[in-house]
Amino acid sequence: MPDFITSYLDHTVTVSPGAAGSQFWALIYVLIIFAGVSVAVICMNWIERKALAHFQVRLGPMRVGPHGLLQPIADAIKLLLKEDIIPAEADQFVFWIAPLIGLLAAFTVYTVIPFGPSQAVSDMNIGILFMLGVSSLGVLGIVVAGWASNSHYPLIGALRSSAQMVSYEVAMGLAVISAILMTSLKDGTGTLSMIGIVQAQNEQGVWFIFKFFPLGLIAFAIFAVAMVAETNRAPFDLAEAESELTAGFHTEYSGLRWSLFMLAEYTAMIAVSSIAVTLWLGGWMHPFPNLLHARAWEFLFSLVPGLTFGGLAAIAYIGAQRMPPQSFFKIQRIGLVVFAAVLGFIALLLLVVAAVAGLLPQSSAAAQHTTGFRDGIDNVYWFVLKVAVFMYMFIWYRATWPRYRFDQLMRVGWKVMLPISLGVLVLTAIVGVYFS
Amino acid sequence: MTVHDNDRANDAPGRGLSDLHRSHLDFDTADKTYLDTNELVINMGPQHPATHGVLRVILKLDGEKVLGTECVIGYLHRGVEKIAENRTYAMFNPYVDRMDYVAAVSNGLGYCEAVEKLMNVEAPPRAKYVRVILTELNRIASHQLWLGTHALDIGAMTPLFYTFRDREEILKIFEKYCGARLTTHSFRIGGCQFETYAGFEKDVKNFLAFFAPKIDEYETLLTGNRIWIERTKNVGVISGADCIALGVTGPVLRASGVKWDLRKAQPYAAYSAFDFEIPTGKNGDTFDRYMVRVIEMRQSMRIIEQAVNGIPEGPIMARVPKVIKPPVGEIYHSIEAPKGELGYFIVSDGSTQPYRVRIRPPSFVNLQALDLMVRGMLVADVVAVIGTLDIVLGEVDR
Repeated sequence: MPDFITSYLDHTVTVSPGAAGSQFWALIYVLIIFAGVSVAVICMNWIERKALAHFQVRLGPMRVGPHGLLQPIADAIKLLLKEDIIPAEADQFVFWIAPLIGLLAAFTVYTVIPFGPSQAVSDMNIGILFMLGVSSLGVLGIVVAGWASNSHYPLIGALRSSAQMVSYEVAMGLAVISAILMTSLKDGTGTLSMIGIVQAQNEQGVWFIFKFFPLGLIAFAIFAVAMVAETNRAPFDLAEAESELTAGFHTEYSGLRWSLFMLAEYTAMIAVSSIAVTLWLGGWMHPFPNLLHARAWEFLFSLVPGLTFGGLAAIAYIGAQRMPPQSFFKIQRIGLVVFAAVLGFIALLLLVVAAVAGLLPQSSAAAQHTTGFRDGIDNVYWFVLKVAVFMYMFIWYRATWPRYRFDQLMRVGWKVMLPISLGVLVLTAIVGVYFS
Repeated sequence: MTVHDNDRANDAPGRGLSDLHRSHLDFDTADKTYLDTNELVINMGPQHPATHGVLRVILKLDGEKVLGTECVIGYLHRGVEKIAENRTYAMFNPYVDRMDYVAAVSNGLGYCEAVEKLMNVEAPPRAKYVRVILTELNRIASHQLWLGTHALDIGAMTPLFYTFRDREEILKIFEKYCGARLTTHSFRIGGCQFETYAGFEKDVKNFLAFFAPKIDEYETLLTGNRIWIERTKNVGVISGADCIALGVTGPVLRASGVKWDLRKAQPYAAYSAFDFEIPTGKNGDTFDRYMVRVIEMRQSMRIIEQAVNGIPEGPIMARVPKVIKPPVGEIYHSIEAPKGELGYFIVSDGSTQPYRVRIRPPSFVNLQALDLMVRGMLVADVVAVIGTLDIVLGEVDR
């Protein structure tokens, strides 16, 4: 095999392909992340519809596939096949380009998101700055879409969106800075690198959310609110406020382009959740990495991914058993059993990897080769699990809260969050310099 | 729009009634002010998620601020009043169900009582009690639907599904009683057509036991919710005097501090026999109207409980001639529908068909207050105020 392929396959390499200078593998990682995030968006679509339905005492999608599992695919096909409508009065080129801007901005953020110390496209030394800059571009897509539609409701939605971004980006940035300050505590030099931030949490032995309690917690809370506003999700979904502006900035959009907006929205949700996880929740690390790092603990933690998939398989299998007995449901029952089997197979693979890496003698070749693989799986698993919690919170917010009004949203941004985040930043600096 | 008008729109809280008589939308001059590009005229409706049917509101906006509104109605006009002139008294009865289709029972009650008054017939006591039970159940159902849609307009999705789940129990009772769920046509001139079914009392009592904790559930989601309070307090404020001047009735009037409820003021059916309270608000804002309606649901439960426990035996229908021919004369009878005063003015020429029927629908009159309430507020408040007025377009347009 050519050198540019094999150079990064060595199991002793522990840096991202970007850092190792392997452009080929960086490209592969980009493709994997693109595919992975797209699949995650599809899953999120289904989970949101189901979870929201259960919040609201209804069933949600039940018809397309067992428990509506194929609904996102049916939706995607429908959206792709829909007629491509551009309003006559719209600015055609800008109308076309707008959803792409949002999508591009949302996906570009992933180049610096570390799913693990080596499971990232690159380790940019200005990672967090890059992230803030690129994710802010997402609003450009919305503003441009609202303007290009040449229609009143989208215009108002776009204006709301830009005002919203201005109000929340500042508080968000200050909260991020207070986390970055914490990275400099060990040796006086902080880092903007996303991987560096997680490693700093590892070295200091604490997730930044618990650092200088309650300062870290407050900064995290501010980011958690600001990221909902940043992604235009309820209760800050003013830009697409359904009951006020029919559909806000995407009123005139339909079919493929509308689905690109949806894809961008969910991608951005995953992206900002990843950032919160990286900055405050220890990124890819499993709980208590500084205490529970013996080989036995590593083995126990490495069982968790397999057990999770096993649990999901069991739920799917029980669901299949509980299907109504009528012959109408037979095909659905078979489908659900197959789905359970696939999940169970994945669980089995993960458990085998964990067992080989954790139970064989440490010096054996098999254990050495699989350990790196297992650590990679663990890193990605814990990272995704933490992000999933945030994604669930997004659904929970949507089911629970009414929508903020335009002026109230700006008031909260400027008069509440900005002073608090500024105060937290100053206090963090003071505590960091004088009390540690 | 002139500078002067802009100033008037700005001092939102202290607006007087004189503003109402101004022509508020002057489109010609708006187009001519080339330098002022801030004003935006948008149509909210007739197809819009938050206008509760086919209401069309023309909004004049300065950014997000509402400078003026104009309601365009009539998209659901069916000529109910004219139809009445070509039907016999009994044949017209089902038509009134189609006005406020959310509270069909109340509509039927008002019409039947008006014709009874005209004929000098009185429904037997048992019929009156059954009427009260069904009407109050319908009031709860109507308020539930209002609560769900109002919360949805403000952005809270979940209450809608909770209220619809519980409203279903009421509709089941209606269905068992008269076969229909929405347009019930449950009353006849002179009483009720059907005797209550076996187990009616038990069903109603079960519903009361089922529903009491559900109101608390709605309140947990909304009453103390910070965003809900911010979105409703001081939004769409209207004073009691303005309400009276505009003829606004029902919960909107009571939330402004005027204790006026026809069930107490001019008791009809069997209401004088029951012990209940009339909730009133202080500020006349959207939150007060929300609280008034929630308390009204609880009070309705009190009335139903008393009625179902004290329901007398006896005939369900008075002796009414087969062909209804009221004597020459005219009558105005009004009842407290869930949305306000629902009045029927019927002129009889002594024939089998009314000479003229004029209906005073509460939604139509209350809708007048929209402009007064939203001027100077934001677009989001227009939606909140339309919701809080609790309009049903079937009734506005008739």
